Amino acid sequence: MTSGDAIGGMQAGLLSCHCCGLLSRPAAPAHPGQCPRCGERLEWRREHAIQRTWAFLIAAAILYVPANLLPVLTTNTLVSSQSDTIMSGIVFLYATGSWPLALIVLVASVMIPLGKIVALAFVLVSVQRRSAVNNRQRTRLYRTVEFIGRWSMLDVFVDTFVVALVQLSPLMAVDPGPGVVYFMGVVVLTMFAAQAFDPRLIWDAAASRKADRGV
Amino acid sequence: MESVACRGCDLLQRIPPLGFGGKARCARCNQLLAFRPADPLDRPLALTVAAAIALVIANVMPLMSLSVEGRDATTTLAGGAYEMWIQGSEVTAAIVAFCAVVAPACYVALLLAVLLLVRRPPAPHWTAELMRWVDHLKPWSMNEVLLLGMLVALTKIAQLATVIPGPAMYAVGALVLLLPAITSSLDAREAWRRIAWVTPAGASGAGA
Repeated sequence: MTSGDAIGGMQAGLLSCHCCGLLSRPAAPAHPGQCPRCGERLEWRREHAIQRTWAFLIAAAILYVPANLLPVLTTNTLVSSQSDTIMSGIVFLYATGSWPLALIVLVASVMIPLGKIVALAFVLVSVQRRSAVNNRQRTRLYRTVEFIGRWSMLDVFVDTFVVALVQLSPLMAVDPGPGVVYFMGVVVLTMFAAQAFDPRLIWDAAASRKADRGV
Repeated sequence: MESVACRGCDLLQRIPPLGFGGKARCARCNQLLAFRPADPLDRPLALTVAAAIALVIANVMPLMSLSVEGRDATTTLAGGAYEMWIQGSEVTAAIVAFCAVVAPACYVALLLAVLLLVRRPPAPHWTAELMRWVDHLKPWSMNEVLLLGMLVALTKIAQLATVIPGPAMYAVGALVLLLPAITSSLDAREAWRRIAWVTPAGASGAGA
């Protein structure tokens, strides 16, 4: 498809409900009101998408620091007490011979959260600079972030079931550390950030530049 | 032909008539616009009933047990979150309980209600509200992440003690297969067509 005949719904005054997908023409464009089919509140673009995404993202980036520095598990035995951070847990998995699991946890707990924050920040900055290049790739990047975000919860589930099962005090007991709640905060906030963003903003820059040129 | 504005990039386009198994993607951003499975409502209903059974087993039966030096311990799904709560991580416990128990249960229950309601069109307009909640709950229902997490936990504990996976583990495994099967066999557009409009059709100049 050439870019010449591509018309966005907003330019045409048509609005797709983001719940049921129904295309409708709002009577008052300034206040689109409700979707006539499903009753969802209609919005041309998700409200304050850029500000809200930034807010969630910055909060997540702040929590990322204690999430990685504080211990997530503390193992108490009769003779010793050992605290593990996410990274030292990965090293433990690797050292005990299960390198595939170590790799999975490394990807899910360290690389995905960091990658999500960097990728969303990149998309936000590009939208704010009204970039009109690589739209398809940026949309794909956003979709990937949205899709893989939930996998970072992996380490929280691992910690939960290790804690739940290993409660054999005084022989051996594993307690959750303060890092878990920060780590979970990173995961939940980056998921909120991805949901707050509106990928249609990526494509708006090209349309508004075309309008500026009077095409 | 039905017109849509792509939810990924807002491009206006028409969806051509689709054959069974046919998919329509956005010409500009490749977003999936429409999908027409062969059996759009009955097969998802059957799979959802199966998922509901698996869900009950996953929540009632023991998840895994451990034995070391003559001592045994068993946990269930909710028991894992409960133990986190006891150990002082209340927030973590609440979110884990939500993502592992509450969200999947509500997701399956609401989907079951929707699929039963749309069998006799027109389904009442409040079915739309249920559909909305199904959409909202989907990303928070983390069965596949949960399964992988339990397997990693098993491997970790296996260094310290003997662990035995319980029946609930297999039930979660079944859910991990069933839930994507529901998503890929359900035609949401067909379901929406069978739900009564909140406002009488055409009253507000809808449809282009």
